[in-house]
Amino acid sequence: MISMACNIAGVPFKNPIIMASGTFGFGREYAEFYSPELLGGIVGKGLTLHPKAGNTGSRIHETASGMLNSVGLENPGVAAFLKDELDDMTHWNTAIIANVGGSNLEEYVQAVAMITENAQKRRTMNRRGVDMLELNISCPNVKQGGMQFGIQTEVAREVVRQVRNVTALPLVVKLSPNAENITQMAVMCEEEGADGVSLINTFSAMKIDIRRRRSVFANTYAGLSGPAIKPIALRMVHQVAQAVSIPVIGMGGISSVEDIIEFTMAGAAAIQVGTYNFVHLHAGAELVHGLEQWMQREKVQSLDEIRGIL
Amino acid sequence: MANVISNVALVPGIYVMKIEGKFKGNMGQFYMLRSGTGYPLLPRPISIYDIGEESISFLYRVVGEGTNLFSQLQPGQEIQLEGPFGNGFPQVEGSLALIGGGMGTAPLLLAAKYYPHAHVYLGFAQQAFGVEAFEAVAASVQVKVGGSIVEQVDPTLYANMFSCGPTPMLQALAMKTVDTSSRLYISTERHMACGIGACLGCTMRTRGGNRRVCKEGPVFPVEEVEFDDLHGV
Ligand SMILES: Cc1cc2nc3c(=O)[nH]c(=O)nc-3n(C[C@H](O)[C@H](O)[C@H](O)COP(=O)(O)OP(=O)(O)OC[C@H]3O[C@@H](n4cnc5c(N)ncnc54)[C@H](O)[C@@H]3O)c2cc1C
Ligand SMILES: Cc1cc2nc3c(=O)[nH]c(=O)nc-3n(C[C@H](O)[C@H](O)[C@H](O)COP(=O)(O)O)c2cc1C
Ligand code: FES
Repeated sequence: MISMACNIAGVPFKNPIIMASGTFGFGREYAEFYSPELLGGIVGKGLTLHPKAGNTGSRIHETASGMLNSVGLENPGVAAFLKDELDDMTHWNTAIIANVGGSNLEEYVQAVAMITENAQKRRTMNRRGVDMLELNISCPNVKQGGMQFGIQTEVAREVVRQVRNVTALPLVVKLSPNAENITQMAVMCEEEGADGVSLINTFSAMKIDIRRRRSVFANTYAGLSGPAIKPIALRMVHQVAQAVSIPVIGMGGISSVEDIIEFTMAGAAAIQVGTYNFVHLHAGAELVHGLEQWMQREKVQSLDEIRGIL
Repeated sequence: MANVISNVALVPGIYVMKIEGKFKGNMGQFYMLRSGTGYPLLPRPISIYDIGEESISFLYRVVGEGTNLFSQLQPGQEIQLEGPFGNGFPQVEGSLALIGGGMGTAPLLLAAKYYPHAHVYLGFAQQAFGVEAFEAVAASVQVKVGGSIVEQVDPTLYANMFSCGPTPMLQALAMKTVDTSSRLYISTERHMACGIGACLGCTMRTRGGNRRVCKEGPVFPVEEVEFDDLHGV
């Protein structure tokens, strides 16, 4: 009997395939096409303490084998998420991860405290809440906060430390490939008590409209994702997995079962799928079935057999 | 995946592609189309042009890599398509004008079929295309090549107007409609990634706040639209 199940920071996942933040909404839209219960987990759209309207102007542009996005963390805010989205999400039998961003330290701390309190309250009523937190210190598309916290290790340390102080929920920190030293960053997260790290967020990048002689994006820069970044993401996951003993969730351009195997061999405990959701509407379901078939064909009982073998 | 039945140029650079299968969709809705396995990665939104018992058709202009790949598809080859997405044009009562500019004529054909009493106005910058399809179903069709078709439209004659086309055309129509009781609905455009409301890549600023063009749109009542945030066709 093969088993795709894995456990990250005490949270059980039926398989290692998790939908990445910002690419799966809060699950509702995709649920019209296939059951989110097939998935290991869902990371919701990045949340901030207060609602955010996001960036104006063009928000997406396709590049060679990838895409640029400048959504700018448009989201309903933590309170609206807890009130309007969480019930539907926890209805599905799959791990629910809340992705949290902020423009300053206090916002991060307050947002995390609110989600944590909500989860505790729900537990006393025997209801599921958020299963895990993913701290986003790596969004390149907001002027304040976001990635600015994810570049320098010592700046990031303060966020992770303070957030750790206010939550007992499993806490994964999402790292930026734009960090000065991503390995150091991951080690810091482990030192500060994070239960895991996830990587990578998008690369800060650019596209110029030569006819108009200006950047396509109002914010000048945008975040690059998709197959174009996969080899670099894989290298970073490999380096980080060797440097820490907490679980590493890998992502960046994953678009096939073979990609999942590569990230697993590089040491990933689980993976996230982002841009590929846009390429194929049924990407999540396709990858889950594909991985199961691959394991059967290759006679791999558990991904532990190949995890981190490089 | 579905099979291409035919894919022919009406005029250079503008094609009608017919795809085999039973498909759903209303006037003004769109499908996300993708051809090939590599670049471009993302599917492209294309309005439903026509739907038959056993097929669906799209009218498209070759503007870049994605639509260029579409134009190379031969009968019998496969294409990936998902839909129908978006809200489409509303059900309305009373007199109706359909006003299309260039590629903006594409989403209006189904409306013309649905409302045979509608008056159709089609404007083209250089060369008219697809006019016969409208003439076959509509009570009246006026065509203008060069200049502005909006000059020929008298909004006071119509309870409702559906329009799709370049932003300056839509804006001119909006201006002309301001002091009338005619209700104007316009179809908008944005670059899209998911097409189903999940990525927030197609968000448009409206008077009612942020709206996803793929989900709450692409059709909006003109009062909601902020023209300076409208990207042209
Ligand atoms: C709801 C909706 C319905 C549409 N219906 C039709 C249709 O029926 N027929 C048709 O020919 N086209 C339609 N379009 C436009 C069509 O989606 C674009 O022309 C197509 O995506 C271009 O893809 P490409 O790869 O060929 O070009 P790209 O290489 O992606 O781009 C080429 C040029 O077109 C611009 N562009 C690309 N996509 C868009 C867009 N969505 N809006 C504005 N500019 C864009 C780019 O900025 C660039 O300048 C529709 C768009 C939307 C949002
Ligand atoms: C449209 C879009 C929106 C995103 N929004 C968020 C977000 O809100 N929070 C976050 O942590 N990451 C966000 N990301 C980054 C993805 O979660 C992921 O880290 C990145 O896209 C790399 O994976 P991929 O190449 O599989 O897409 C977003 C990515 C895209 C393409
Ligand atoms: S295209 Fe993704 S939300 Fe509209």
